[in-house]
Amino acid sequence: MSGTRTETGGLIDRTKTLRFRFDGRGYAGHPGDTLASALLANGVRVLGRSFKYHRPRGVWGGWFDDPNAILDVGLDGNAIPNCQATTTPLLDGMESRAVNAWPSAARDVKGGLDLLHRWLGAGFYYKTFIWPDWHLFEPTIRRMAGLGAVDGKTIPDYVADQIHDSCDLLVVGGGAAGLAAARAAAEAGQDVVLVEDHADLGGGLYRRGGEVEGRSPADWLAEQRAAIETAGGCILSSTTAFGVYDHGLVGLATDRGFARAPRLTRMRARRTLMATGALDRPLTFADNDRPGVMSLQAAAEYLGRYGVLVGRRIVVLSNNSAGQSAVAALRAAGAEVVEADPADGPIRALGGARLNGVQVGDRQLACDSLLVSGGLTPVVHLWRHAGGKLDWSETANAFLPGAAPEGMAAIGAANGTFNLQAALEEARAVALGKPPAPSASSYTIRPLWPEPGAKGRQWIDFQHDVTLKDIELAARENYVSVEHLKRYTTLGMAADQGKTSNMAGLAAMAAIQGRPIPEVGTTTFRPPFVPVPLELYHGARRGQLLNPLKRLALEPQHRQAGAALGEYGGWLRPGWYGGKPARDAIRDEVQMARSSAGIFDGSPLGKIEVMGPDAAAFVDFVYYNTVATLKPGHIRYGFMLTESGAVYDDGVIARLGSEHFVISCSSSHVDGVETMLESWRQDGNDPDRIFVHDATQHWATLAVTGPKAREILGALVLDLNLSRDVFPHMSFRETIFAGTPLRIARVSFTGDVSFELSLRTAKAADLWAALTMAGAEHGAGPIGIEALSVLRAEKGFIIIGKDTDGETMPHDLGFGGPRQKKKTAFVGDRGLHSEAANAPDRRQLVGLSVPEGSPALPTGAHLVTGDKPRSEGIVTSSYISPTLDRPIALALLARGAARHGEVLRVWHMGQVRAATVTPPCALDPKGARLDA
Amino acid sequence: MQLFPCPFCGARDEREFHFMGEAGKTRPDTQQPVSDADWAAYLYDQRNDKGRVREVWMHLPCREVFGMQRDSVTMQVLGTTAFRKAGA
Repeated sequence: MSGTRTETGGLIDRTKTLRFRFDGRGYAGHPGDTLASALLANGVRVLGRSFKYHRPRGVWGGWFDDPNAILDVGLDGNAIPNCQATTTPLLDGMESRAVNAWPSAARDVKGGLDLLHRWLGAGFYYKTFIWPDWHLFEPTIRRMAGLGAVDGKTIPDYVADQIHDSCDLLVVGGGAAGLAAARAAAEAGQDVVLVEDHADLGGGLYRRGGEVEGRSPADWLAEQRAAIETAGGCILSSTTAFGVYDHGLVGLATDRGFARAPRLTRMRARRTLMATGALDRPLTFADNDRPGVMSLQAAAEYLGRYGVLVGRRIVVLSNNSAGQSAVAALRAAGAEVVEADPADGPIRALGGARLNGVQVGDRQLACDSLLVSGGLTPVVHLWRHAGGKLDWSETANAFLPGAAPEGMAAIGAANGTFNLQAALEEARAVALGKPPAPSASSYTIRPLWPEPGAKGRQWIDFQHDVTLKDIELAARENYVSVEHLKRYTTLGMAADQGKTSNMAGLAAMAAIQGRPIPEVGTTTFRPPFVPVPLELYHGARRGQLLNPLKRLALEPQHRQAGAALGEYGGWLRPGWYGGKPARDAIRDEVQMARSSAGIFDGSPLGKIEVMGPDAAAFVDFVYYNTVATLKPGHIRYGFMLTESGAVYDDGVIARLGSEHFVISCSSSHVDGVETMLESWRQDGNDPDRIFVHDATQHWATLAVTGPKAREILGALVLDLNLSRDVFPHMSFRETIFAGTPLRIARVSFTGDVSFELSLRTAKAADLWAALTMAGAEHGAGPIGIEALSVLRAEKGFIIIGKDTDGETMPHDLGFGGPRQKKKTAFVGDRGLHSEAANAPDRRQLVGLSVPEGSPALPTGAHLVTGDKPRSEGIVTSSYISPTLDRPIALALLARGAARHGEVLRVWHMGQVRAATVTPPCALDPKGARLDA
Repeated sequence: MQLFPCPFCGARDEREFHFMGEAGKTRPDTQQPVSDADWAAYLYDQRNDKGRVREVWMHLPCREVFGMQRDSVTMQVLGTTAFRKAGA
């Protein structure tokens, strides 16, 4: 037991007690504690085990800079793995457990692994587990690796809020410099937002002690906060700026409590001030990883912020002047502090599991805590995210912000201004866009870096067990670039992402190679600065909201009719009706449509209006088929191509007037077709003479198809002659239904007489009711999209993207006419005459029939020929036709159009069957039903 | 996340925009013979410049198609060009 709670001081509330457990034992803390500070106050030293050697680990840092204390934490049935003990606020009832240790961090059964360290150096498994096969060892090694345990349960309502915001000035860091800058800017009329990752403002002031501008820190902080808020500034506490992205976007994550997703703010700031402070880096010496060896600045932080004295008998090893106030504060709190000079010779931490002293040169000093300071390292991550440069400072012995990224400036300790008064003056000047007055720094430091060849095990990365010897090994094996060094040794790849280890690691590499530190350089700084949950990024966009389904206006009617609703091309549509098994329902619907009629909700079918004086020439250009000659009141089937000549979409186009067309494209291609139309309209045409409007969702479309279609439609009160001579196939009429305009297209996707009726979506229910009532008298009723797919396949009608692929051209589908005859330019025209388009072995659309009694062919099966089977095509659609009472199939087959009658082998998953090539159309090839 | 200026709507989040291609390509007149090489160049050749680039983008909510000059290294937006004739 060495850590204790002080009687006074800190931000904790000593009047309230919080109970919690760690590794099975009960402890008490106070509101304001973190898990780490409460455990330290209870005298707990070992909070974790290292990743590889399972060495005992104590707390090193005071906040996000701790690599050691990683806990799985549970509360009220919710569990969060891999929480940093130093940043997790303590709550009553928390149950915590050290990761990577069993049964406890103090007595870990795998602790013995450390004895094997000689054989477990950097990259050992690359070299060791090669023979006979890495995969033999992989499962065991994977089981041994890894940190926290995931319980596999989802936390209910763990959804991150997302907010978009903007400001004139974003100040990152609520320490003295950040507060001074925010106040100056806010009082000058700027719209200021200040973020601070702790719950309380003050930053490094808790480490420093003493007065600020003649006032106590608490008074000074209260005054700044009040002034900022009075001037209209906004202060966000418990909020971390975790990344700077393109165009000055800063990602802010606000902690909303344990087991609640943080809130994401996407902050657009005209200017960002980085007031992120500086971290204390470790010293590298033998056994410097023992619990009880801790950052001097962190010890000051625990005392000032949490009222925890980390030890009674303390030795301080520091190479710089920043720790003087910390030493004074520790003494004032009652600790016996001995300062030793780390330059006095080789250093070694002494004791077994419990630190009991330190050897410095010839001198042995007894202690329970060894507080070390290797120098202040500005927190420059955001600077690097934004593309700012770093300059090496010989006087500060650290990388400092150099050339600034656009819209960004650094102030205070983050800028290497470690003196408080100088930092305040700098902050106030920079906040107003003025250059800071130069000031002499009172900070002094003597360089003290890892010494290659030094004796003992000297830790560089505490969590990942990267020692100085590992760096030397990497250098010997020529992994000398810092990026290679990192990946070979896993230096800086632990949970803290190198916040404590990277400087020592690259300094070690510099020393080994005899190069200056700035020449070795740093690894890349990437967001996020601290771990954030993935939920932060997607927010509410998950599950169905990731890609919301489009809903039909008639969904209630479909549900009432017992529709099996499913996703088809982004829409929730009826697959079939009636609550029967799918097979039976689809068969019954097909038979009903062929014998009487089917009523089909085709509302998702594209309805893109093209109007204007240049509309006719425009649609003629975007269509493969000639459209300019289409007469008003008529409809034409056609294709739209890509410029390479491949079929992009098929559908019908109706001409309503000389300057008015409606393009009916595939349901799932509406967005793509409209984008294509707009691109040609605006880039290459006069956009004022053509108007394109997607009216798909404004119009509902119901199709009636089957031998009784005309009679069903005739039962509706429409002022329209439906007879075949007056209203023939491929013509278009406009009339009135129940007082609202109704568009009727005589087109057919089934080969039977069909009418497509479109009207305002708001009136769709009336039409549905009228059609289903009229249909019932003829034994007709609703059919789903699955039945429609069978109906069209019986006729050999294709679905783009199912029966075609990215190479299919119209002449592969039997529509070669315009390719030869169309006189005007159109999209894809030149592509249709490329070498590939003229190739003799193009895959063409065919039908397939199977021997009597055979089941349906599998979709996707290969059509093969020859002794050494080669795929010459694939089955694209396959069904049992209820109308023909036999299997039917469509396929793309090389030279298929000339191979009708040929018997092929159909290969699928090792099984081979026979099929005969037929024309695509299996039902009524002469089209007699169409005009019945 | 970048901010792109739509000539019609002003600065908007990059997620609202659709990349249509590099600017500067003219569709060959297909009423005249076009060589395979010229057609292939029109279809497939991309400059993919490092640094200053000219591109065509669409702002999906308003469907405005426009030209944009950007720096593909610094991600800086250098300007936009409306395709609509001035005064129209």
